[in-house]
Amino acid sequence: MALARKPVFTSALWRGLASIAIFLILWELGSLSKVWIKWDSFEWLRNALTAVGLKPLYLPWIGAVPAPTEVLHAWLKVIHDPGYWQSWYMSLFRVMSGFVAAMIIGIPFGLLLAVSRSAYGIGFPVFEVLRPIPPLAWVPASIIFWPTQELSIAFVTFLGAFYTIVINVVGGARSIDVRYFQAARSMGSSQSDIFWRIILPGTLPSIMVGSAVGMGITWEVVVAAEMISGGGSQSGGTGGGGLGFFIWNSYVGGAYEQIVVGMISIGIAGALSSELLRVIGKRATPWLRLR
Amino acid sequence: MAVDHCSLDIAAGEICMIVGPSGCGKTTLLNAIAGFHEITSGRILLDGEVLCSADKPKAEPGSDRIVVFQNGALFPWKTNLENVAFGPLMQGTLSRAEANEKALGMMADAGLAGVEHNFPGEVSSGMRRRVEIVRALMNDPKVLLLDEPYRALDSLTKSVMHEALLEIYYKNKVTIFFITHDLEEAIFLGHKVVIMTTRPCKPKKTLFVDIAHPRDYSVLTSKRFRELMEETNEAVHEEALRAFAAGEKEG
Repeated sequence: MALARKPVFTSALWRGLASIAIFLILWELGSLSKVWIKWDSFEWLRNALTAVGLKPLYLPWIGAVPAPTEVLHAWLKVIHDPGYWQSWYMSLFRVMSGFVAAMIIGIPFGLLLAVSRSAYGIGFPVFEVLRPIPPLAWVPASIIFWPTQELSIAFVTFLGAFYTIVINVVGGARSIDVRYFQAARSMGSSQSDIFWRIILPGTLPSIMVGSAVGMGITWEVVVAAEMISGGGSQSGGTGGGGLGFFIWNSYVGGAYEQIVVGMISIGIAGALSSELLRVIGKRATPWLRLR
Repeated sequence: MAVDHCSLDIAAGEICMIVGPSGCGKTTLLNAIAGFHEITSGRILLDGEVLCSADKPKAEPGSDRIVVFQNGALFPWKTNLENVAFGPLMQGTLSRAEANEKALGMMADAGLAGVEHNFPGEVSSGMRRRVEIVRALMNDPKVLLLDEPYRALDSLTKSVMHEALLEIYYKNKVTIFFITHDLEEAIFLGHKVVIMTTRPCKPKKTLFVDIAHPRDYSVLTSKRFRELMEETNEAVHEEALRAFAAGEKEG
């Protein structure tokens, strides 16, 4: 049996590209409105709004956002700046180290909670009390607790992925069909066989889901942590404190185009990380490929 | 109580079909034999050896009694070949190479050549059932416990599966404990058909199917087959009515 190779340029791809193009055009037009609409010529509207208690400056207006062409221009400038790439490296390093630590600790911990009733009884209540605390609420405590700022950012990043991974591992392991255990036991599997050959592969799809969600949260957390902590120990100079710090620094320095450059950079980095996880997930769970 | 006063003898190499109303306790009985459920009284013996009794309420699950489950229990993350070779590897009775060789041979015999390296999710439901039966037989069980294995199959696939099962049975002559709701299936496959009462489940009537094995689908049109169908139908219908009335009372 041979399956026809899927064409690369499908209508879905064209639709996607068209929607991005339309979005960029609308953004450009919206941003250019600051040139077309001369705000000063609307003195009467400003007065009217002020008269009813509304401060017009508080109203959002797309004209205040840099246009995509300006952003592109700024981007072409910063790609020659080693500091920009240093920010990429720092954020990626923090995300990956926090994420990998969350996997290394979270997967065995989740499996332990799933297979041992006493471990669940002892560990889960504490976990459930700590879980609702947003990782960003840990930033001050983390800065006090950890000896370096770098470690405190890594810890907060770790927390971002840890809870999601553990919850998914526990849920995944517990939802494995009881018939698999019964069949394995009938066929002479030992406890360790059941763990390695049933529980672990049976939980893999949930581990991959937890990792994908966890990775997303990790990016959210690392950027915020970099902003709050002032970029960690690598901050200063041209912005080696991570992409979060790059954005914050651009805001403080009034380089508004660079803010958007930083935002899009995070979007690209996040999408690349998710794609990497998707590839690993497909390889790790080949039996799901036809679903 | 799901099962009570249930006395049942199954001879070695016999195909014993268990028929009864839904929820009467047939699967509970199968689970007690397999070692998945405890019993509160009585005992279950296999070849004269006590599997479980009041002193030891739960039988130890073992490769001498392999269950083929209602909705299938092939490990989806293992290929069909890995599933089939699983038992002997776990028991340490064969090396991986030996287990694979035996598995490939048995799969080819059961018409499963070509799907060995596919995952269960990639083959038809009929094939999956066959893979699961072959996986069970790889353990050289004394008893094969089948819990409505063909329930979800369409009638065409079912007819193919019936003949495939008999073919496998004629080669292996393993004792089969087969739960079903399908009376035609029960008479076509079984040496005997045990009709169970509604809860608590116990044998109400045992019908010996005096149609010689090996059988093929042509027996379905024979006069004797029709007579046996009528006889079974009557007994089952009576229990079904009782189960329905009991259900209404509960409601």
